[in-house]
Amino acid sequence: MYSELRSQVLKLLSVHTRLDGRKPHEYRKPMKVEYGVVKTAEGSAKVTIGETEVIAGVKLEIMSPYPDTPDEGSIMVGVELLPLSSPEFEPGPPSIRAVELARVVDRGIRESKAIDFKSLCLEKGEKAWMIVIDICTFNDAGNLFDASALAALAAIKNTKFPELVDGKIVYKEKTDQGIDVQEEPISVTVLKIGDHFIIDPDNEEELVAEARLTVALMSNGQLCALQKGGDSALTLDDISKMIDLAAEGSKTLRGLL
Amino acid sequence: MVEVKVKDKDIVVPGEILADGMGYVPGVGTYREGEAIVSERVGVVSIDGRAIKLIPLSGRYLPKRGDTILCQVVDVTMNGWRLETNSAYQAMLSLKEATSEFIARGADLRKFYDLGDYLVCKVSNVTSQMLVDVMMKGPGLRKLNGGRVISVNCNKVPRIIGKHGSMVSLIKEASGCQIIVGQNGLVWMQGNPEGELLAVRTIRMIETESHITGLTNRIKDFLEKTTGKTLEIRMEQ
Repeated sequence: MYSELRSQVLKLLSVHTRLDGRKPHEYRKPMKVEYGVVKTAEGSAKVTIGETEVIAGVKLEIMSPYPDTPDEGSIMVGVELLPLSSPEFEPGPPSIRAVELARVVDRGIRESKAIDFKSLCLEKGEKAWMIVIDICTFNDAGNLFDASALAALAAIKNTKFPELVDGKIVYKEKTDQGIDVQEEPISVTVLKIGDHFIIDPDNEEELVAEARLTVALMSNGQLCALQKGGDSALTLDDISKMIDLAAEGSKTLRGLL
Repeated sequence: MVEVKVKDKDIVVPGEILADGMGYVPGVGTYREGEAIVSERVGVVSIDGRAIKLIPLSGRYLPKRGDTILCQVVDVTMNGWRLETNSAYQAMLSLKEATSEFIARGADLRKFYDLGDYLVCKVSNVTSQMLVDVMMKGPGLRKLNGGRVISVNCNKVPRIIGKHGSMVSLIKEASGCQIIVGQNGLVWMQGNPEGELLAVRTIRMIETESHITGLTNRIKDFLEKTTGKTLEIRMEQ
């Protein structure tokens, strides 16, 4: 399937170019992050990479802490692949793609210790803040992974806690206090097509890629999460090349925050 | 009383009354309501004698018999292929009409046209229920190997082709690409990477600027400036 497209993409990559004329290690333009796009959310952000558009919103809820971590709050990430964003997406319960996307975003934030869960605790064993991050895709022109992770992080940075009156949340009143963001993990997805590695794939490249690796990197360049996808296997050498490429790509994305 | 409410080349929206009275007849893109002629879509008015018609500016492709279109294989069935036509309706390519090669009984049809392949075909029949049949026997009808396909507004296809193919041959000459424009708004091109990109850029430019007069000359200037070649507007037969 797509053998014609694949050979075309490979032919272009062999001369270091792509279908839209980009270099293999180049992001699409325009790239931007807009903050506070959703008024009803505690924090929100919209990320545009080329024609891909993703909005993330943060809601804060009070939960009872999990029994094994009585003094910690938590985060929850949900992804909605809206049917308007691609002919491939159907309404209904989350598809496997949506679940994977949500998990990758969640893991990037969780494993980088971006948020100090202990600081979210209000009353040990009784009450803690739950950060609910909802991601909606508005257009899927490829690379939803990087866009979603970036949008989630930007939305967290944009978040302001609501007022608490007698232990009840008053959503209409926001305080000046934001979430203490200790680390800014950036996810970069690298695709393997033939012997070539590319970042920021478009739809066509996602169709013909044999493997993908999403790498989450902290600000000091330390690795905090990995997710491999696609049908074919990766060698150790492949993985180290992909991580190097991701590190390079993460600089571009970090500059947007 | 007969009265035309619009001028030639006016841009109208659906529901707009173009003329009142039985003195005029509704053409393509318009209909009669009572005694009035009403616009059916967004387009430019063209008054041709007593007929009022619309040249559409937007809208999806509607399959029409005799059109040469570009299709993508989306399903391989027992007796043919199901094709995506860039319209609301899918087309069927029957085994009999598919190729002049011999197809043995029980052969794997994916050997001929596989999922995802692009084909140039001709619409052979469209039923009242919008079941579309296409065929691939005829000059220029073939499977497309390599190259890339882009989707454009199908109402701009005449502009991309130009008068007697003048525009498309201009792009072909400047970019060094082979180009096939389907009536359904899919355009295939193949050449070297820079040529293909130039062709895509030019076609996008035509798509956005086609309503401004002097299009061919503007495109010629643009292509001459970017390639440095001297081009000539030529009509194909």
